[in-house]
Amino acid sequence: MFKCCLHSQLQFRSETSLESDHLMGSREPIVLIFLILISTYESSAKGGIAEELNEEFTEGLLLRPLPDRKVLAHFHFQSSVPPTRIYGRHHHLFPKSIYQLVNKFRVREMELSFTQGRWNYERWGGYDPISSSSAKPPGVELWADFDVPLDQVDDSWRNLTHALSGLFCASINFLEHSTSYSAPQWSFHSFAGKLRYGTLPREAVCTENLTPWLKLLPCRDKAGLSALMDRPSIYKGYYHSQRLHLTSDDFGTAKSNAGTMLEQTLTVVLQPNTLGARAMVSGKTLQPSWSLNSLFGRKVHGKCSVSKSSNVYVQFEQNLVSELKEVRKKSEAPESGILIHDDFGNNTIFEMSASPDRVVKEVENLQKEDSSILLEFLVEDYNDSKPFDLGLRWKLPVVWSCQQAPLHASRFLMGSGNERGAIAISLKSLSSNNTPTVGCCEKGSQLRINIFQVVPWYVKVYYHTLKVFIDGELQSTMENIEKIHISPSEDKVSPGVMEMILRLPCGVITAALTLEFDKGFLHIDEYPPDANQGFDIPSAVVSFTDFQASASFEDNLLNKLPILNELQERKHVISYTEVLLVPLTTPDFSMPYNVITITCTVFALYFGSLLNVLRRRVGEEERRLKSKAAKKKGPLTSLLSKLSAKLKGRPVEPPETPSTSPSLINNKLVLKVILVAGIAAGWQYYFR
Amino acid sequence: MAEDKPKPRPIIRIGLFLISHSLLVSVVCCTAGVLSLLLLPVLGKNTYISENALMPGSARPMLSNDDVSEGERFMNQILRFDTMSTGMEIPEMITAHIMDLGGEVNHHKFLPQFNRFHPLHFFLGPDAGTVPENYSCSSYGINTVGIIRAPRGDGKEAIVLVTPYNSLKITRAEALSMGIAYALFSLLARVTWLSKDIVWLAGDSRHGEYTAVASWLRDYHTASFGDLKHSEICAASNLSEMKTMHNSFRHAGTMAAALVIKVTNRSTEFEKDALTIYAEASNGQMPNLDLINIVNYLAVHGQGYRVKVQKIWSLLNVWWLKSLGQLIEMLGKLAGSLNPQWNFGIPVSEYVECTATLASSLYNQALGVPTGPHGAFRDYQVDAITMEISPKFSSSLNNRQYEILLHVGRLVEGVVRSVNNLLEKFHQSFFLYLLTSPSRFVSVGVYMIAFALLVAPLPLVAASLFSDATKSNPDAEKDKYASKPASTLQPAPTFTSWKWLYAAKQVLVVHLWSAIVTLLPYFVDQIPDSSPTTKLSIWIVLSIITLLFLDSFSGSSFPSTIRSRDTEWILLKSVTVAATFIGLCLMSVINFATAEIGALLLVPMCLTAVPLRLDNKVNTLRALIRGACNVIFIFVGFPVTVFFVLKGALEGFDNMRFGDFWNWAESLWAWNSATYIYMCMVHLPCWVLCIQTLLHRF
Repeated sequence: MFKCCLHSQLQFRSETSLESDHLMGSREPIVLIFLILISTYESSAKGGIAEELNEEFTEGLLLRPLPDRKVLAHFHFQSSVPPTRIYGRHHHLFPKSIYQLVNKFRVREMELSFTQGRWNYERWGGYDPISSSSAKPPGVELWADFDVPLDQVDDSWRNLTHALSGLFCASINFLEHSTSYSAPQWSFHSFAGKLRYGTLPREAVCTENLTPWLKLLPCRDKAGLSALMDRPSIYKGYYHSQRLHLTSDDFGTAKSNAGTMLEQTLTVVLQPNTLGARAMVSGKTLQPSWSLNSLFGRKVHGKCSVSKSSNVYVQFEQNLVSELKEVRKKSEAPESGILIHDDFGNNTIFEMSASPDRVVKEVENLQKEDSSILLEFLVEDYNDSKPFDLGLRWKLPVVWSCQQAPLHASRFLMGSGNERGAIAISLKSLSSNNTPTVGCCEKGSQLRINIFQVVPWYVKVYYHTLKVFIDGELQSTMENIEKIHISPSEDKVSPGVMEMILRLPCGVITAALTLEFDKGFLHIDEYPPDANQGFDIPSAVVSFTDFQASASFEDNLLNKLPILNELQERKHVISYTEVLLVPLTTPDFSMPYNVITITCTVFALYFGSLLNVLRRRVGEEERRLKSKAAKKKGPLTSLLSKLSAKLKGRPVEPPETPSTSPSLINNKLVLKVILVAGIAAGWQYYFR
Repeated sequence: MAEDKPKPRPIIRIGLFLISHSLLVSVVCCTAGVLSLLLLPVLGKNTYISENALMPGSARPMLSNDDVSEGERFMNQILRFDTMSTGMEIPEMITAHIMDLGGEVNHHKFLPQFNRFHPLHFFLGPDAGTVPENYSCSSYGINTVGIIRAPRGDGKEAIVLVTPYNSLKITRAEALSMGIAYALFSLLARVTWLSKDIVWLAGDSRHGEYTAVASWLRDYHTASFGDLKHSEICAASNLSEMKTMHNSFRHAGTMAAALVIKVTNRSTEFEKDALTIYAEASNGQMPNLDLINIVNYLAVHGQGYRVKVQKIWSLLNVWWLKSLGQLIEMLGKLAGSLNPQWNFGIPVSEYVECTATLASSLYNQALGVPTGPHGAFRDYQVDAITMEISPKFSSSLNNRQYEILLHVGRLVEGVVRSVNNLLEKFHQSFFLYLLTSPSRFVSVGVYMIAFALLVAPLPLVAASLFSDATKSNPDAEKDKYASKPASTLQPAPTFTSWKWLYAAKQVLVVHLWSAIVTLLPYFVDQIPDSSPTTKLSIWIVLSIITLLFLDSFSGSSFPSTIRSRDTEWILLKSVTVAATFIGLCLMSVINFATAEIGALLLVPMCLTAVPLRLDNKVNTLRALIRGACNVIFIFVGFPVTVFFVLKGALEGFDNMRFGDFWNWAESLWAWNSATYIYMCMVHLPCWVLCIQTLLHRF
């Protein structure tokens, strides 16, 4: 696989750098100087516009303590370039490979994610913007929207997969087959017809994918926040997802100045090192203390010099903030009136190694007392002599839980055996015992859930068997489905796609969908390596269209910062379900040999007997036998003929004869055999 | 004479030759079949780990003393619950511990499912059984299921650890097995190498270990969306105290393997601690041999355990087996001295031990009843075994629990790690095998020789009997026409070559009867308040009545116009033998071991069956011996006798009651064992037909 990856990489290089080869190919210095002259001329000529429309690069890191003693680190890098028609083709910061990709395949929007591990929706939250945008299914997920005529979309997709495969050193090129990608109509993202979606659940993600991703950053991992990315500590974590999101307005008719924007995020969930036993305070376990150095094994030595801003944020979630207030009320009753952000550097509950430069509070639309808090730290102030090492030390035990998605989605297989089974998607309300904090809809209204499910063709789903269970009761399907679009799979051509909007009553506790399927048979050369592992059904995407996962912050000035923009972006709450493993009937792969052997035997028997029948003349044989019988035989010939008759077998003889003659010959034969065997054994025994 | 006809093809000639010598062939084949069965222990191969990815023992065990102490503490905490007032203490405690480790927990409530005999449910696989009507909330069993999600895994596969315990009265041994699982769980919650999720099922065995595991598996593989309704019914009881959070069923992908860990207080007679492996699942299905191999390898080489599989102890002191072993050893030595490569001999003691193990393996597979809770997994194509740990000679669990915790914990850790390494599911090694010792096995290619040799004479004898009957027929016809020219008016004699159809009809009627007998227990079982003895008597009486009724209903088996009574029984025997052959071959596909044992019983019975009156007429020594053999075979071949003889041989004849057979048959159909079908629909009709042959009137 790696070989092929390299190969496609080379291919890609040769494809995309044609242009540059033409320009830079000759090594004559005069040409170079000429080019430099031209470029400086161009840039000075366009200087007027470029002042406001310039390439930009920002970096940011968001850290968030998680309830299960882990820490979420979300790196966010954004490079943007103004539209080509204004800014031209020469870039200082924006990665050329991506720019070429966008231009060549006319990509309007694209997202590629490499993920290892699973996002734990129950513990790490399912409602906030990060879990909606950065929690991805395991393996590779790629979707892209093209600005090409409808009939060229598939070609563009194929070329794009090959290009990305080379660029990121991954087997994304396996998404080129029409069996592995699908074209969602309306559920996934609302682009009509030109969006393609594909996943590779089995892709192993490792540092070889991270290195090319880092190469797209202007400072790589040499300076700035990305210097924290120590490979062993990143890959040791519980969840690792690197994502690349690309939007481009270059091809649109609208004269917007947004240009091309590349957003790169890396989301990791790490377990802080707790040496020795867990610290206990008053019978409860203390949350682990951590610092950047203990999490990543590195410190930040200043920002990347080309980045416009370089900030680190520590986020305290809404539930945590209210819990902190509770704890504080208990611990220091007289001072309960103090607002929490008064002393964030050092208070009775936790202590931060540096005092924040700013405290940002989230503004909630709903009337709630507490909202999440962001502490901002500017990396600009730090340098080599004074590296930035943010630390958080807990003093009192705090227990809280993350904000949950309205319903927790999980998916599992039902049934056993190699013949058939069923896929079940179950939606469960987790907040049934405590108050439904997530702004649940009013009484009488309905909860709308969008489900997008791609199933490979060898899992033959019978969509008419769709059943909807609500709170354990079988419901009529049509009443609960608002909208459904199904494109059944076609054998060896396309996967089955199901998009639907499910309408559930508001106070629903459990809901479930089941779909029955038959397991198909594959052709022997369609089996992947390690076929006995089973076959993957990619994650289903469950989005809650009534809920927006976004935070809005009080300070409008902050909107300039991309990492906060990402948090504020209005998106539906999305969660991915598990990848399923379907065991299919797998042949014994040594079987072709057996089949060949058996077939050859059958053929040999058939042709042999056919030839025998064609060649044989019965009358002639009888005549010859008669003449032979008429001849007088000598003693030797008679013995020989007897022997040969014995060896060939005899026709049934009258019952009186067989008892004597065969036994005689048998005895002789047996005697001879015993004699020979005895001699051989004696030989073996004495002359060893 | 032979020269005028064209010679038939060679293959047909060989067939004709064998048919004409069917007596010799059948004697040789049967003897060879029995001999090769006895030779199987010698032919067994050493096991080897077939799948390279498993790499057992390649990593240093990580289970530390801290983990073990935690396991011990956990165990002591469990033992402190003396009185089980609600049955919820242990689940609650396990839940708290697992939550503390960062795992996910849920409680699984289940009711015992009374396996009723349902004639149409055979081979349909695990069904959603019926929930009994009258249950109370306290009769719920509560399994506790803990799940560790592999940190960087994709959650597609899972490894299951099962520790059954009786929630009503927990023993020290059960608590120890829970301690082992907990120590392991606390280790696995920390490790970074996991790629498959780990599921720990603490099964509540108040309704039996198998029931707990089976009902959890059933709910795992079906949509248990309705589980909330039960809790609503029992809202008043203590069950509702459970947090709803732990109530929802949790899934963890496709299961790769399952290990049932059990500890017994029975000490072994050996110097070392012993580990007994139970592997047989329903209908003689076995887990992949690789699973047994890694457990055996790690236990022997890693922890210094003595690994055992079940054996039939009474066979160890049988004199003829010993002398056979001596003979084989001598022959092996002789062959080895001739050519060192032919060194097939094994010592006598080993031979006897291997034979006892093989017999037990064959018996357990033939019975078709799983030997432990692992059997439930096999119904879902999951490879599973039960590991039972027993302490060494003259030591009890009390003072050695730390040691056992450490060793077994490390052993299971090694197995989990091996299975975790596995990319594909178990497929590389054998599924069809018999164990002759934990490290030796007989694969299907070898052990089917014995069966093939036993069964081979059946079609030959059937053909030869048929040809005998048709050959002797013309003479009889001639006689008949000579003596009774008046009967030519009747049309029947013109169909003399179709005479075998009457025999076939008789065989068919008996098979029809056997199908009715198979279904009868369904109705007998409905009779309330009756002891097994009465039920069995009713079953037998009803069977006999049906047989007589069917016999009279179908009329006389042969038209009275044909007087050739001497050929009648030959044809009947021929068709019987053919039907038995088909039945045995079909059974060998479903459960090989049953077919093997069945062939041992049926083949001699079928082949020797000759009317007793015929023997009486001849009155020679040979005929007398034949008659005696017939009677003995028929007596031994009756299913009830087989059962009592086997039971007596295994457990002694002391406390045997007539009703035991009913209980046994009931257990067979409760476990969906195909052996029951075989017994009623192949063995029984053959036996009845043989009796009919024996009692044939001329």
